[in-house]
Amino acid sequence: MTRRMFKISAGFEEVMPPEYRELVEKGPFEKQLGVAELGTFKELLEEHPLCAGCGLALSLRLTLISLPSPEDTVIVGATGCSSLAFPQVAVHNIHSLFGNQNAVATGLKRALSLRFPDRAKDVVVIAGDGATCDIGLESVMHSWFRGEKLTTIMLDNEAYANTGGQESGMSQLGTVLNMAPMGKKFKKVAFPEVAKAAGCVYVAVAAPHQPRRLERSVRRAILIAREIGPTYVQLYTPCPTNYKFKPADTLSVIREQEKAGLFRPDEYLSPEAAAYIQQLEEAKG
Amino acid sequence: MMTQQVTVDPDRLFFQSERRKLFVTGSEAVGEAIKRANVDVGIAYPITPQSESMHIVGDLYAEGYLKDYFRGENEFSVMSAVAGASMGGVRVFTATGGPGTLRSFEMFPTWAGARLPIVCAFLTRGVNSPLTIQPDTIEMAYMLDTGMIMFHAEDAQDLYDMILKAFVVAEQCDVHIPVGVFADGFFVTHTRDEVMVAPPEMKLPAYQPYSSPVPVMDMENVPFRQMRDPFVMKSNFISYAAHASWQQEVTAAAERARPYIQHYLGGLVEAENPGADILVIASGTAVSQSRAAIQTAAGLGFEAGLVKVKCLRPFPTEEMRALTGQCKAIVVPEFNRVGWLAREIRATIEDNGKVVGGPRVFGGMTMPTDMIVDAIRRCSA
Repeated sequence: MTRRMFKISAGFEEVMPPEYRELVEKGPFEKQLGVAELGTFKELLEEHPLCAGCGLALSLRLTLISLPSPEDTVIVGATGCSSLAFPQVAVHNIHSLFGNQNAVATGLKRALSLRFPDRAKDVVVIAGDGATCDIGLESVMHSWFRGEKLTTIMLDNEAYANTGGQESGMSQLGTVLNMAPMGKKFKKVAFPEVAKAAGCVYVAVAAPHQPRRLERSVRRAILIAREIGPTYVQLYTPCPTNYKFKPADTLSVIREQEKAGLFRPDEYLSPEAAAYIQQLEEAKG
Repeated sequence: MMTQQVTVDPDRLFFQSERRKLFVTGSEAVGEAIKRANVDVGIAYPITPQSESMHIVGDLYAEGYLKDYFRGENEFSVMSAVAGASMGGVRVFTATGGPGTLRSFEMFPTWAGARLPIVCAFLTRGVNSPLTIQPDTIEMAYMLDTGMIMFHAEDAQDLYDMILKAFVVAEQCDVHIPVGVFADGFFVTHTRDEVMVAPPEMKLPAYQPYSSPVPVMDMENVPFRQMRDPFVMKSNFISYAAHASWQQEVTAAAERARPYIQHYLGGLVEAENPGADILVIASGTAVSQSRAAIQTAAGLGFEAGLVKVKCLRPFPTEEMRALTGQCKAIVVPEFNRVGWLAREIRATIEDNGKVVGGPRVFGGMTMPTDMIVDAIRRCSA
């Protein structure tokens, strides 16, 4: 889209809600903004209805700030905590069902490529760990096998949080959660490794305790997906409600897990992806 | 090689063009329809007896009739992918049947709720354990309340016509919901029949994405969503009211399809000799069996009329009441165990004690016309 599309019709200036007016006047469209400019513009996420201290909400906010072209980005989500926030996000976004997000994104990306052959339309999947690693595994994996030019972002809070804190494939071994009353019996799925093996040309693991790193991961993932192939970003987003820590401790929980070796920021670029990023950086000077 | 095509008005394609006769299978009739349907994206997944139809759509893609085509990983993903493509503003087509219909079932109310004008062919087959691949229309019972419009083809000619017309009905701005075109697997898909088709140089006009009553997900049309207090998944009255009114609106969209179905299909039902004391009411290939049975019965001195139900959703409620007001008995032959059409008719007409549920065959059986003749004879006694 172009910014002139995003305006308030004459006569409606007074009746539009203030947050919408602000978005029109100070929104991030076509401005190349990022984490460094945080606080100087109106963000895409209008508040959020999630719990205090929610690591997912913070990561979603940072992810949205990191979109390289929000004016040409369509997000596909899935059922879960994040689906409560998406109606408050000011880019086109789809909630279809639980677990079909990468299949929906496949169709969407192909449709937009047909309709806008000369304009990059970024299709970004943002879904929880249950949606990505468990119920949606088949559609996620096959979108990667097919080499669909999508970015898949997992908001990994290591549980089914919205349904009340059940074990997911991404929960840590031994963790006691609902449906794992004796503790989880198998290890956290090594999903970044799965992504690499399945054909992702860029794989990153990050968390909101390092906003710049998160931003770089999201941005690279989207830019590479535009040109080269499927990309995957796994964001560790601890859940104070279900893991029962204080809302103010979310970032320190990330640091503690990192220290304990249970969370490790990482980045993998295929040779082709690395060459492309180098080319982009050289062009920027 | 692809034929050079020009877009023509749907009425010209359907009613005014000079048709020529082909001798083709039902699956090939699907291909003939898609060749003229100006479809952008086809997404396929194999299941008997549907597979051949989507092979042919794949061949059409290879020849240049479609812009994109691929095989998905299962029916749930395929129905999800066509939803994504439709939300992105292109015309899509897919097909499935039997267990594939059930595998993807969660998507159908979602298509309707998202107001997607997807056209899907359901080439029906049995659902059972132990496994069956044989003809049966049981899946249609499950599909009746998904919010989709449902056409039921009697033969390959119907299948060809209904698929093409389904796109035009589905894409009306005041309708804009999915249409399922059902045909009885094997009996229609795997048999050869004469089918009259429009010239291959003609195709439907392209889909106009901004005719959608909801925003196309392309960041090129407003509104871009932003609500401070969205109603999704909230437990309050505003949320309940929003969801309730939307479900009513989707139902109303199907109701608004009636005049278009009337125009393009010539009505939701077709009646022959409706003044008879005994009416045989059927849909799908049961109509052909009924027509033959009525002829046989007439030779034996038993008179019966025929009502062919072409559209099951929206249901031809008024038509059914008007046609059945005077008759003394209604025979409903069906290719399924539960008798969903008899159930629908009983729920629609006032004097429903006269509905004879059956004869029914299932599990892959054919329906000998004698079974219907016997039912007519019993009703005449």
